Amino acid sequence: MKGFAPSLLYSQSVLDTAGPQAGRIESLWWLMFWVELGVFVVVMGFLLAAVLRRRRPHRGEAVDAPDLKPEPARERRMSHLVIGGVAVSILIQFVFLVASYLTGDAVTSAMAKEHLTVKVTGRQWWWEATYENSVAQYTLTTANEIHIPVGVPVLFKLASTDVIHSFWVPQLHGKTDLIPGHETILWLRADKPGAYRGQCAEFCGYQHAHMGLVVVAEPPEQFKAWYDSQLGPAREPSTASEARGREIFVTAPCVMCHTIQGTEAGGRVGPNLTHVASRQTIAAGTLENTRGHLAGWVTDSQKIKPGNRMPPVPLAPDDLQAVLDYLQSLK
Amino acid sequence: MTKALNKAVPALFALLAFAACEREERGFRVEPPSSARATGVALTDFQPGKAQPLPVTKNEYEANAFAVSEGKRLYEQMNCVGCHFHGGGGIGPPLMDEKWIYGGDPAQIFSTVVEGRPNGMPAFRGRLTDEQVWKIAAFVRSLGGQVQKDVAPGRDDDISGPPAPASTEQKPPTNAPGIPKSAEMPK
Amino acid sequence: MPERSGETRADEILAEDLVEEREREALEKTWGDGPGLWGWLTTVNHKSVGRRFIFTAFAFFIFGGILAVLMRVQLSRPENNFLGPDLYGQIFTMHGTVMMFLFAVPVMEAMAVYLVPLMLGTRNIAFPRLNAFGYWVYLFGGIMLFTAFILNVGPDAGWFAYVPLSGPEYSPGKRVDFWAQTITFTELSALVVATELVTTIFKLRAPGMSLNRIPIYVWSVLVMAFMVIFAMPTVALASTCLILDRLVGTHFFNPAEGGDPILWQHLFWFFGHPEVYIIFIPATGFVSAIIPTFVRRPMFGYTALVLSLVSTGFIGFGLWVHHMFAAGLPRLGQSFFTGATMIIAIPSGIQIFCWIATIWAGRPRFKTPFMFVLGFFFVFVLGGLTGVMQASVPLDLQVHDTFFVVAHFHYVLIGGAVFPLFGAFYYWLPKITGRMLSERLGHLNFWLMFVGFNLAFFPMHVLGLRGMPRRVYTYQPNLGWADLNLLATAGGVVMTLGVLVFVVNYFLSVTRRRGALAGDNPWGAGTLEWATPSPPPAYNFQHLPTVAGRETLWQQSPDQPVVTGLRSDVRDVLVTRMLDAEPDLKYEFPDSTVWPLLAALSVTAMFVGSIFNPWAVVVGAVPVFVTLTGWFWPKKRGAEDKPPEGLKTKHRELVKDLKLEGQET
Repeated sequence: MKGFAPSLLYSQSVLDTAGPQAGRIESLWWLMFWVELGVFVVVMGFLLAAVLRRRRPHRGEAVDAPDLKPEPARERRMSHLVIGGVAVSILIQFVFLVASYLTGDAVTSAMAKEHLTVKVTGRQWWWEATYENSVAQYTLTTANEIHIPVGVPVLFKLASTDVIHSFWVPQLHGKTDLIPGHETILWLRADKPGAYRGQCAEFCGYQHAHMGLVVVAEPPEQFKAWYDSQLGPAREPSTASEARGREIFVTAPCVMCHTIQGTEAGGRVGPNLTHVASRQTIAAGTLENTRGHLAGWVTDSQKIKPGNRMPPVPLAPDDLQAVLDYLQSLK
Repeated sequence: MTKALNKAVPALFALLAFAACEREERGFRVEPPSSARATGVALTDFQPGKAQPLPVTKNEYEANAFAVSEGKRLYEQMNCVGCHFHGGGGIGPPLMDEKWIYGGDPAQIFSTVVEGRPNGMPAFRGRLTDEQVWKIAAFVRSLGGQVQKDVAPGRDDDISGPPAPASTEQKPPTNAPGIPKSAEMPK
Repeated sequence: MPERSGETRADEILAEDLVEEREREALEKTWGDGPGLWGWLTTVNHKSVGRRFIFTAFAFFIFGGILAVLMRVQLSRPENNFLGPDLYGQIFTMHGTVMMFLFAVPVMEAMAVYLVPLMLGTRNIAFPRLNAFGYWVYLFGGIMLFTAFILNVGPDAGWFAYVPLSGPEYSPGKRVDFWAQTITFTELSALVVATELVTTIFKLRAPGMSLNRIPIYVWSVLVMAFMVIFAMPTVALASTCLILDRLVGTHFFNPAEGGDPILWQHLFWFFGHPEVYIIFIPATGFVSAIIPTFVRRPMFGYTALVLSLVSTGFIGFGLWVHHMFAAGLPRLGQSFFTGATMIIAIPSGIQIFCWIATIWAGRPRFKTPFMFVLGFFFVFVLGGLTGVMQASVPLDLQVHDTFFVVAHFHYVLIGGAVFPLFGAFYYWLPKITGRMLSERLGHLNFWLMFVGFNLAFFPMHVLGLRGMPRRVYTYQPNLGWADLNLLATAGGVVMTLGVLVFVVNYFLSVTRRRGALAGDNPWGAGTLEWATPSPPPAYNFQHLPTVAGRETLWQQSPDQPVVTGLRSDVRDVLVTRMLDAEPDLKYEFPDSTVWPLLAALSVTAMFVGSIFNPWAVVVGAVPVFVTLTGWFWPKKRGAEDKPPEGLKTKHRELVKDLKLEGQET
């Protein structure tokens, strides 16, 4: 698990935003933060003063006798203060209510005719992303790494085929649940290029902790290039070892669950591996995509993500190397 | 300190779980039952000479609810459901009745899945790991009520099929001597 | 009635003492528990039941705390292998379930069971047998859950058990079934206790304690009890639907057959949010009881405080959707719940302002209970403020289900309920045990808990904002969460030490009897529970008191009347009217009996059996029926016990011979 490349030291912070939705929410946070900090300081100030305030000693009375006849004047002053405090609280709440409503309006008004539609399906414990297109051959399916163009609104259609998950990329927007039997949607836009990590935010079973994803926002032309590269079938093997790797892949258990376009592998149970080598991470954002990690994942994924759906696949060392050669060639 | 704890606490829980439910374990990294159990298994007790009952094999997964539910998931994902439907049969024979063409012993079911059978049952050798096949075998037997009731999975989050028969009686995998069942055509 | 005849005044006094002594003996015989183990099993006295109720709930608090420490150890560094995902899932589910269902609500009810009859000046809680039954059911439910956990059948779908994850397809085995039945047990217990508390508060108050003189703590218990009665049936319904889905294949939550997973969330949170106030409201009652005693003046703004409690109780039912903002519900509906969530901060604000005003105008004495109240202010106000933030839908979309929320509700629940509860322990344990707890250890306890708590939970705000989701069994090293998690774990250890100091303090002061004798009223407090010896006798008060003002003991005149005319050879109590607490009638309470225990055992057999076979509900109903028949079998009355002629009912006697008699002192 060690040795993450510097490019994979992600921020997943709500306060380090890269788009208008998360940005508006961040501003709302700072408004509430400063106002409430003020409220907290004032209330604690009053409390401290009430506790530590100097008191005149009672004349002729034992200190411990209860004070049953409080000064009416002071009681009146105190009720004025309490009423004032309540009035200020109501005022603050009202300001918050309005600010919250306006922010809510702003973050949901990203809808635009010119947009990209990505259907995200939550699975235990990875994400399937399908770029919808009216032309079937331009429809693209990938997993755990979603590229989007900078400055273009993206409509995420969220669905789940098993349990409830929650799609959350903090630097771009708040979370939205993926609920079986319901379709939920999320609009967002990225304004800064970069890789933004997200994670499932609703407890979904054993590997809820390792259900990450990366949203890569890039300039439109770069996005276009990526999209085109992903559309085609998988690269043909260029070496004998790669060819052998493909042969093993389609006769081993791999073929039952994974799709590699252009081969017989057409399983829909696990992530689509047609261009797996182009992704930054494997195992839903858990491991950096390196040869060593890939080898560990294929042979004993249950050690890395106990309970995940991939069975340990016993392969002879040569066969494993060949499969790794092949998988790493799938740019 | 943490290292010692790292060992001590799981050990403690393992100790507690020792007396505990085999049904509830989540064996993510346990060795699957050996496939050797299912090699050379006879598919019928029809044999020359005096009839001898076939040995009964044990599939540890049948006592574990998690493994059976994994078997159920695989049964659907590996498309067993495409021919056998939810146990009631259709293209392939039903799995929830008491009639087995190639034997209902766990080893016989394992072998049927791995080797394939005439008239349409594909061979999954190499395409499923042993662990997966044993899990599927456990689930298949649960369809006919042949695993304990508290281990068998509940309903699906899906369109519901007809209920499974309630029989929990363990039937020996033998068939009545006479016409070998393997000679019957699947309907 | 004792007759008074004596030649000299001295004889008269002596004779009177003797009569008093005899009466106390008679009362002890009538109201006391039987001897030995049998007496222990059959008691229906609210103090015996209340004591073991508090003790059991505290034991569950310790167990839940141990689970929390295990989780903190697991999270202390990234990709730790201390607990695997399976065990961690069970532990965090157990922690939530134990703390909410087996500790927080029961301990609040337990304190009320012990204190309310004393504060109202009566001899026992209403429906005392039901009370014993409530305790036993709760105990057996808790034992069942922990047995399941030790046998590796601990629930693992979260204390909120969202379907479909907790449903038949994704939670195989019996783990979630045990969770669902635990809910049934604790709901049953909570509901019966709530019913008793409402009845006690409405009908068993001392003469003179009209509604506007009820101690604020008792008001808070009343609001809590009503909330329990309205909130708990929802979750009992939900968990029953869940267990039906799992065991008999119904489709309440299966979208393919017309069910809906969102339905579960509505049902669960319609209970789940009021639950928070069920825990918090009696805790504010503790605060309202402790502050006047330690600042030596009556509470400022009694009416405002009571109205705040009542309105919190109402508004508390209108907030549940703020747990579901991320589920994609219509925006207009969400705005309503934003408004409601913000509004509920107002009554809490009123309470805080009134408390501060009371302290301002009083003379604080910094004893341990008061220290815990001061800690409560700091922690709870912070937690309340972060709560207001989460009322906002867009902001909640970011912080929902992150460690920010974990921090928030621990600030509210530990700050708002556990700190006052520990204050209440230090305040009332002298009454319950007769011994003072050590002030030195008490202050140490407070500071360790306060510092440890803030160390453990404050960093979680930052972790949440940095994107760390809740309910993860581990996290990756490349996300920058390691240091703050380690700090939180360290804080958790310090807080644990604080709780340990409390246990040591109790052991030394009470068990080893090193604490000073408490006497009747060690704090010089003003409520009625302090008018009787510590620990109180089985019958609570030799003569039932009457009440002349809000701060009963402070405003008592020297010749305050007491109630006489109740029989001491049967369990007579005085029933008063609901509004003005005028004496209404005498009522005979039932004797000690083993039937509630037997009924609880048969209910347990039925509930546990139903997890394995639905027919257990049918078969198990037979012993339940038998034990309930035994429970309600009419008592045979001797000839001399026959009520005088002209009375309408068998058990009730009109208050003819009842007087409020001046007490000669």
